[in-house]
Amino acid sequence: MYKEYLTVSNIVGPLVIVEKIRDVKYGELVEIEAAGGFLRRGTVLDISTERAIVQVFEGTVGLGVEKSKVRFLGRSQTLAVSEEIVGRIFDGSGRPKDHGPQIIAKKMLDIIGSPINPVSRDYPSEFIQTGISSIDGMNPLVRGQKLPLFSGSGLPHARIAAQIARQAVVLGKEEKFAVVFGAMGITFEEANFFIEDFRNTGALERAVLFLNLANEPPIERIATPRLALTCAEYLAFELDMHVLVILVDMTFYAEALREISAARKEIPGRRGYPGYLYTDLASMYERAGRIKGKAGSITLIPILTMPEDDKTHPIADLTGYITEGQIMLSREIHRKGIYPPIDVLPSLSRLKDKGIGEGKTREDHADVLNQLFACYARGKEARELSLILGEAALSDLDKLYLKFAELFEDEFVRQGEFESRSIQDTLDVGWKLLFTIPRQELKRIRPEYLEKYYAEEK
Amino acid sequence: MKQGKIIRVAGPLVVASSCLGAKMYDMVKIGEMELIGEIIELREDLAFIQVYEDTTGIGPEEPVFLTGQPLSVELGPGLISSIYDGIQRPLDIIRAKEGDFVPRGVEVPPLDREKKWEFIPLVKKGQEVKEGDFLGEVQETPLLMHKIMVPVGLSGKIAEIKKGKFVVEETIARIQTGKNMMDVKMFQTWSVRRSREVHERLMPDEPLTTGQRVLDTLFPLAKGGTGCIPGPFGSGKTVVQHQLAKWSDAQIIVFVACGERGNEVADLLLSFPELDDPHTGRPLLERTVMIANTSNMPVAAREASIYTGMTIAEYFRDMGYSVALMADSTSRWAEALREISGRMEEMPGEEAYPAYLASRIAEFYERAGKVVCLGSDNRIGALSVMGAVSPPGGDLSDPVVQATLKVVKVFWALDDRLANMRHFPAINWLLSYSLYVENIKDYLNTKVAEDFISIRQEAMQLLEEESELQEIARLVGVESLSPRERLILESARSIREDFLHQNAFHPQDTYTSMRMQYLMIRIILHFHHSGMNALEEGKSLDEILKLEVREKISKMKFLPVDDPGLLESYIEVDNAFKKLLQKKGSREDNV
Repeated sequence: MYKEYLTVSNIVGPLVIVEKIRDVKYGELVEIEAAGGFLRRGTVLDISTERAIVQVFEGTVGLGVEKSKVRFLGRSQTLAVSEEIVGRIFDGSGRPKDHGPQIIAKKMLDIIGSPINPVSRDYPSEFIQTGISSIDGMNPLVRGQKLPLFSGSGLPHARIAAQIARQAVVLGKEEKFAVVFGAMGITFEEANFFIEDFRNTGALERAVLFLNLANEPPIERIATPRLALTCAEYLAFELDMHVLVILVDMTFYAEALREISAARKEIPGRRGYPGYLYTDLASMYERAGRIKGKAGSITLIPILTMPEDDKTHPIADLTGYITEGQIMLSREIHRKGIYPPIDVLPSLSRLKDKGIGEGKTREDHADVLNQLFACYARGKEARELSLILGEAALSDLDKLYLKFAELFEDEFVRQGEFESRSIQDTLDVGWKLLFTIPRQELKRIRPEYLEKYYAEEK
Repeated sequence: MKQGKIIRVAGPLVVASSCLGAKMYDMVKIGEMELIGEIIELREDLAFIQVYEDTTGIGPEEPVFLTGQPLSVELGPGLISSIYDGIQRPLDIIRAKEGDFVPRGVEVPPLDREKKWEFIPLVKKGQEVKEGDFLGEVQETPLLMHKIMVPVGLSGKIAEIKKGKFVVEETIARIQTGKNMMDVKMFQTWSVRRSREVHERLMPDEPLTTGQRVLDTLFPLAKGGTGCIPGPFGSGKTVVQHQLAKWSDAQIIVFVACGERGNEVADLLLSFPELDDPHTGRPLLERTVMIANTSNMPVAAREASIYTGMTIAEYFRDMGYSVALMADSTSRWAEALREISGRMEEMPGEEAYPAYLASRIAEFYERAGKVVCLGSDNRIGALSVMGAVSPPGGDLSDPVVQATLKVVKVFWALDDRLANMRHFPAINWLLSYSLYVENIKDYLNTKVAEDFISIRQEAMQLLEEESELQEIARLVGVESLSPRERLILESARSIREDFLHQNAFHPQDTYTSMRMQYLMIRIILHFHHSGMNALEEGKSLDEILKLEVREKISKMKFLPVDDPGLLESYIEVDNAFKKLLQKKGSREDNV
């Protein structure tokens, strides 16, 4: 039996301070029984000989200084896993939410996990075809990568994430595949959109969902993504599955972290977020990857809404420093009615270079990609110039680039929500657009490919 | 071993009581799991300890073991090709022992205790030696002769010197100092927070070539110099750092991946054994030591990692080698400092960084330099340091950037606008600077070309003029510029696209020799001068820009190292303009 403490002295925001404790460890899981009998859980955040500071997941509403019973469970928070976990829906603390039975644990896994030894990592190099040209063609995703969607309120990031989950395939392979979905603080409607979409496409059977909705306790959100990633690690590295993890919305996660930090009266860093936000985010994002000698992989797509579309906001900024690139959504393109509104210029995939080219996608992919970037960037510059001076002031060449930028957005970026383009098609569309530019301008493309593909058209 | 008792645990910070006698920066072992930590503050008998591993499961009343030793690294044969975590634990051995994840409380000696090294003595019995003198050498890898030195603080007469194969812990020499007899092994230990001593410091006067055109030609670093690369995410910091690690003409590279991505470390680990050193043709790994403390590994070990790397780098410098240390990224190190400082409830400075941030950064970079090493032969070694900085939002007013710029002499400013245009390396030529140009001027003018510095100056000037002209063009349109001015724009563009732009993933383009860099820029400027001349002679700008030789110029960078094609291009430019000038007709006729 666990020792019960009735020595709660202070309750501050999500924190409960328990006095006169013995043999309590840092990071230990805690159960608090409120006067009414219902249970809440938390972890030890700070421990000294006299007192422990406990962070309560479900919030402290209804807890009193008197009559609250505190039990220290002697272990850290864990997740029960087995093969049966696939196809299930859990709440943000890992309890079944689909009226199904508890998982009979084959293993109890600590949700904090251990860092992957960098020596054990295998470099991600398998191209994932998402069927979306602006991702596949310009910022390709590879297996084991972490590539966030940087979005803003009102932009269709959920639809894009669902489209990726629906269409993602590795060319020429048939393998065990699963989706792990972690929701932090999103609304019922948003969550339901994903569930319905997974259900309609049959993806739900190979998905695991951890849902913490907007009306559920914010502090619980600290655990939700870790549960999702622990589950993903089990599926990937023990059951050899290729796991796509979608975490939405990291902004709410970071806000929960800020809430705890403020309650502990820590010295805030930028915009009130704690100084350890980088380390904290990294401890989750870095769990994606591949391990040498293991068949499975974890590919991570965190979604975050940038307050005021500001990519220098600490959450977006620190995420960008940890992840291997980012897919940036643009309000401007969205307003033009183009779906998906991906702005390819500030988007980036750092791992693309080993995932594309001959034998993976097509030999000319890297060059076409660079050339499209350069042309589109120049076209956008021409567009800005024409806004100031009028189109007439542009040189003939700049007019061509201006036209190119329009075509690029309209034909390359724009596509249907249920349209899955193969990488060949994507590159062919790219070439078609490049034909509008004089050949000697295409400096980023190696002469041999120019010979082969540019000549083809003529 | 003395023991204290834990009274508080808060994340990576542990406070222990009854620690009288402990010293600042002593290493301690915490709890039953014996996690490794370091004392960072002492208040009476309380010791504040930063722990290099996750403290989950540690609680009050558990013991703290005081080792009485500062956090140290082991220096000796076996360092090269190793990959260590922030406190010099070999990650490859940990993997072999513990599996794919890094568990807590593992203890593995940094240097292989079983491997035997062939030791060749360089001194004889009875010889007088002093600190820093070579006792012998070990061919550690085909690229590196590892010198075994007399440890610092030791001098005397050689009483015994061995020859043959030994493990690092065996005594290879005995030195008589006064009445004492000292045993010397192949390895020594050194506290990471103390810089290794040198005889004398010198001014850097040789360039550290990197094969990166924008760096070597425009903003060169000197051997023994310091440089920093600040930039927002996605601007290509890491690729530049990797390029430096691959192509720098240093004999030893120490790469510290400090709080960065695991996959990037994996990339280095997987690609280095395959990449050949352009100077020797051997795998790059044979001259590299890697420290990897990725962002998800414990934060306190991240703080220690750059010191671990620096101490190892200094050790090789002491052998008289040219060493280059890359730290990616020092911002993560500063953040670790901030996190620990916050937990200690210290009074914060700017952006919640501790008030001692600037002095710590200055101390770190000051460990670089060109020096006369200890030892009677007055050999010269150099340690160059390049630190990446990742300021939030790319904002250069960030305290880490500002503190770094105060001490480093080279500033490579990454620009995300250039990165968006996929101009890589995205180093802004207007903002960046190098204060070493004066120091290395003589070297470049004698070893590369006598007009190197003046050519470089001219290229810089063209770029500067371009930015002014672009400003005008933006206001009144390109058409209103004179043909001369438009030729300047075209030539500057050619410098940007045909010279500065460099593809790290193209087999030829990734590295350019100094000679080739000189020729390339020379040819571009030759075209510019000839163009100006042709304009004088009454030719139109269009005629000049239509010359086919321009395509040749744009393909120069794809030529193999020191291909004779480059010189041909120079002649072709000449011929093209000769033909143009001979052609009948003048500007008047064309109009």
